[in-house]
Amino acid sequence: MFVQTFPITRGDFDTAGEASSKIKNMLKKLGISPRIVREVAITAYEMELNLVIHSLGGELKLEVRPKSIELTAKDNGPGIEDIKLALKEGYSTASESVRNMGFGAGMGLPNVVRHCHNFHIESELNKGTLIIAGYSLDEKED
Amino acid sequence: MLLTDLAKLINANVITCPSSPREVACAYTCDLLSWVMAKGKPGLAWVTVQTHMNVIAIASLHDIACIICPEGIQMEAPCVEKAEQEGIAVLFSEKTAYEICGLLYKAGVPPV
Repeated sequence: MFVQTFPITRGDFDTAGEASSKIKNMLKKLGISPRIVREVAITAYEMELNLVIHSLGGELKLEVRPKSIELTAKDNGPGIEDIKLALKEGYSTASESVRNMGFGAGMGLPNVVRHCHNFHIESELNKGTLIIAGYSLDEKED
Repeated sequence: MLLTDLAKLINANVITCPSSPREVACAYTCDLLSWVMAKGKPGLAWVTVQTHMNVIAIASLHDIACIICPEGIQMEAPCVEKAEQEGIAVLFSEKTAYEICGLLYKAGVPPV
């Protein structure tokens, strides 16, 4: 099994996307199919940006097993008040300055759901959020 | 359409360009990065007024063919350098996003 963890800092827009880029390159080197690499890269980017924009800081973890890939985003708070709303396309709590950069369209979590095979989210206010996106590598390679 | 032909069509300055010829598969204009994450495709020509580092990150993750900055908008040197490293073409055009997309559409470049 291949595991790599990337610490993500709150508000660090200059390096945002680097972890996702590394994940994409690692998966390519491991010979994962281009379709899955693309899906995982999109999910990783949205998770990474969510950590930068909304969390107090956290980590993004990639686990590659023979038949599956798992991405885990774990943060130190502040937690999501209403998970159902957070998953709704177009809903965002991002600040005006973040929106001016082109983020905060309320597409982050819906994009994660759309681009993974299994999705899990749990969150507790003032504690943190855990999001897991899973991929099965059983399908025939295209 | 080849990237070099696209640049001529919209009268753009090519700021960075991959060494091998690159085919443009489709085009899209949007300044909301998550929309582009959702819609992006390999070979995309992306017209946007956003010019910060995350534009390059998204372009790289999607293997986008080129980023087109409309209306004479410039991209700062560190972002141009990053685009160069990632093999993504950056084009500057004086035309508006509307004009650029109109020209591309007329020339047969499909939407995403």
